[in-house]
Amino acid sequence: MHFSFNELNSLHLDVLKEIGTIGAGNAATSLSKLLNKRIDMNVPEIKIAEFKEIENILGSADTIVTGVYLEFSGKIKGNALFLLDTVSAKNLVSLLLGTERYDESKEKPCTDFTELEVSAIEEIGNILISSYLNAISSFTGLSVKPTVPYFACDMLGAILSVPLIQYGQTSDKALFIETEFVNGSDRVKSHFIVIPDIESYTIILESLGVI
Amino acid sequence: MNEVVKVGMADLKVIAEYGILTTLGLGSCVGIALYDKTTKIAGLAHIMLPSSKLIKNNQNKAKFADTAVELLLEIMTDMKASKRHITAKIAGGAQMFSFKEKASELLNIGERNVLATIETLNQHNIPIIAQDTGGSYGRTIELYAENGILIVKTIGHGIKTL
Repeated sequence: MHFSFNELNSLHLDVLKEIGTIGAGNAATSLSKLLNKRIDMNVPEIKIAEFKEIENILGSADTIVTGVYLEFSGKIKGNALFLLDTVSAKNLVSLLLGTERYDESKEKPCTDFTELEVSAIEEIGNILISSYLNAISSFTGLSVKPTVPYFACDMLGAILSVPLIQYGQTSDKALFIETEFVNGSDRVKSHFIVIPDIESYTIILESLGVI
Repeated sequence: MNEVVKVGMADLKVIAEYGILTTLGLGSCVGIALYDKTTKIAGLAHIMLPSSKLIKNNQNKAKFADTAVELLLEIMTDMKASKRHITAKIAGGAQMFSFKEKASELLNIGERNVLATIETLNQHNIPIIAQDTGGSYGRTIELYAENGILIVKTIGHGIKTL
């Protein structure tokens, strides 16, 4: 079957959203274990949106964000991006490393991230994306193998262009998931953008017996 | 007041005489700014991929270097720009993540976008009078209809006037 987002019915959408929710829940559990702290998660918002909308949902295309990008292969192929605004990134790092909390009234420039902080974010992104992918894998019984993670701190649009370009060859829409992890007063707002290959959608839905 | 017109990803716009065309956060994509100084007609495209050929899903002409340049020229000449006066400035085509291992052909996409843009502009005999491409950082660009100046802004890599 040739997959197209336009042919998705509400059942298909529900299934994709359910996978997204389970994945995000898995990621929150991993984060909690990593930080050894209680992490609450807001009900993730899952959307299938056009490229043009995604930029606006996440802020503006010139908003400064940190991103961790990786690709995955196996039965399901694609790429994934874990995005944090710079203050959330800094908060997450201070939770992990036990360093001082960042003054949120100040803007956090990209150049301020130390090598240690970059590795910490890369690793957190890696763990979160992997636990997310594991959820998809155990839910569907399909193998998924992630590559090493890559870090960037730059304009949102520029970072987003990497997965979107890959995807742009086949579609104008993508599945993305917004979650907020909360630890007491620390809020870490993050976005996962998981972009399976267009063929992988069919494989996922077929494995679950909905098409 | 200069009106600012936003050009999104895989999008293009044309304005005349006054105003600013802007596209925010160019990464591996390329911003193609065309300008005819005799009529002050300015066009800006934000392309994502090198070529519309061999790709099934190619209805959106602004997404590809080859079709975006064609469409921009068409709209600009319809607005009475003269093709022989049109010049180009291009920016973008970065490699956002410094991949240590070669994960996929996607990694050079910025570079491939730039090469395809240059090739297409050459085919149409449009001279490229300025270029700020490559690197590993994003760019926000502004094209001024009044004078054809292209401002390139970055995070931590300064501002350039092309």
